[in-house]
Amino acid sequence: MSKEILTTQDLHLYYGDKEALKGINLNFDEKGITALIGPSGCGKSTYLRTLNRMNDLIPNVTITGTIKFKDQNLYSPSADTVEIRKEIGMVFQQPNPFPFSIYDNVIYGLRIAGEKDKEKLDAVVEKSLRQAAVWDEVKDHLHESALALSGGQQQRVCIARVLAVSPEIILLDEPTSALDPVSSSQIEATLLNLRNDYTIIIVTHNLQQASRIADRTAFFMNGELIEVDQTKNIFMNPAKKQTEDYISGRFG
Amino acid sequence: MRRLFDDELADLDADFTEMGMLVSEVIQQSVDSFTNRDAVAAQHIIDTDHEINQREIALEKKTFEMIALYQPVTTDLREIVTILKAVSELERAGDHARNIAHATIKFGSKQKIPVLEELIDQMGQLGTQMIKDVLTAYVNKDEHEARKLADIDRKLDQLNHQVRADSYQQMRQDPVFETGASIYLNVAQDLSRIGDYVTNVCEWIVYLKSGQIIELNPANQDSTD
Repeated sequence: MSKEILTTQDLHLYYGDKEALKGINLNFDEKGITALIGPSGCGKSTYLRTLNRMNDLIPNVTITGTIKFKDQNLYSPSADTVEIRKEIGMVFQQPNPFPFSIYDNVIYGLRIAGEKDKEKLDAVVEKSLRQAAVWDEVKDHLHESALALSGGQQQRVCIARVLAVSPEIILLDEPTSALDPVSSSQIEATLLNLRNDYTIIIVTHNLQQASRIADRTAFFMNGELIEVDQTKNIFMNPAKKQTEDYISGRFG
Repeated sequence: MRRLFDDELADLDADFTEMGMLVSEVIQQSVDSFTNRDAVAAQHIIDTDHEINQREIALEKKTFEMIALYQPVTTDLREIVTILKAVSELERAGDHARNIAHATIKFGSKQKIPVLEELIDQMGQLGTQMIKDVLTAYVNKDEHEARKLADIDRKLDQLNHQVRADSYQQMRQDPVFETGASIYLNVAQDLSRIGDYVTNVCEWIVYLKSGQIIELNPANQDSTD
């Protein structure tokens, strides 16, 4: 039995008066991929962003309940968001490489942390890009601008940038929705390679993507967690009618 | 929200039911042709058997298309899989009806053996009832009825054993009966197989409703079951 690395208890989130998350209880074991699915506005991305305090930046947000990463309360006053985001990295919908070279993108986090050892940085760049399954394509252009890469390559470089700081959890918010099918399948293959070493939580609107790569799938609707189970069960025999209706395209 | 998929599924469902009714009619006709030793009716069954095969192929093709184009999940997927699997069972049941038609022609005007005639008659009634009932169970998505039909299959198997025992006895008593008795044997075997295929359809109806793949066929069940 793997142990729980991240737990959320009775999590409520309000944008002003509007309750966007209505008491979410959801826990994550170490390693593996969990997909969060649900119609637009169901709260899945909002929930994902609470997991590394991205909602801190939005004015008027109130959060109650508990999120614990390895028994440490993410929202306690003493929690360090820089430290949290190193442990819990995030990849966004639009590939967002910084306007520097590929190399500098990947080591950005380490450089901020003060790492100067060239050999160590070289090793991290290669390891991270290999893990992100983009090394062979970019190894001869490491010092060229990351903006010159294709969208799919940029996204994998962004994954490498997250991996470079050795996180335990990787959050991905619709990482392939801006990509073509070939690039998407490369990202999926990358995630499958990472599933044994990292805890991966991915928000996706592509149900087939969830069914292809996720070990576990959680269905959100109207700010509530309707059902979470092994992906096979969700797609073959869901317990709740709302889940069935959504994934068979009867609404949403 | 009504989906395009629902319309296509309704069409597929209707085509499947129609094929089931065709197979049911052919089984009834084959049993009647044997009872009445009606070679003309038997020949008609043989000549039109390809219609069932064509329907099977058309239904399979349609299910493949729907799986590829709609990527169905949950109950949608189960409905399609049920039809895809059950359609083969129906087609095979139809093949055995054709065998019975062949047996009718082969029997010709040989002397009937009353004790075997009576047993085959019982089996024919059970077999034709089973195929009709399984279609009703399918249309009503009635898992309970589907499970009950396996009991009739058990009776068919018992009667088949009895036909076998009686046929061998007849052959031993008088070699004159040998050819005729072997035809009774084959017809009993065909009716028993029809019962097995109908039972397989019952298993798919249970799957459709519950998602569970089960074994209802007594011959395939473990002794521990």
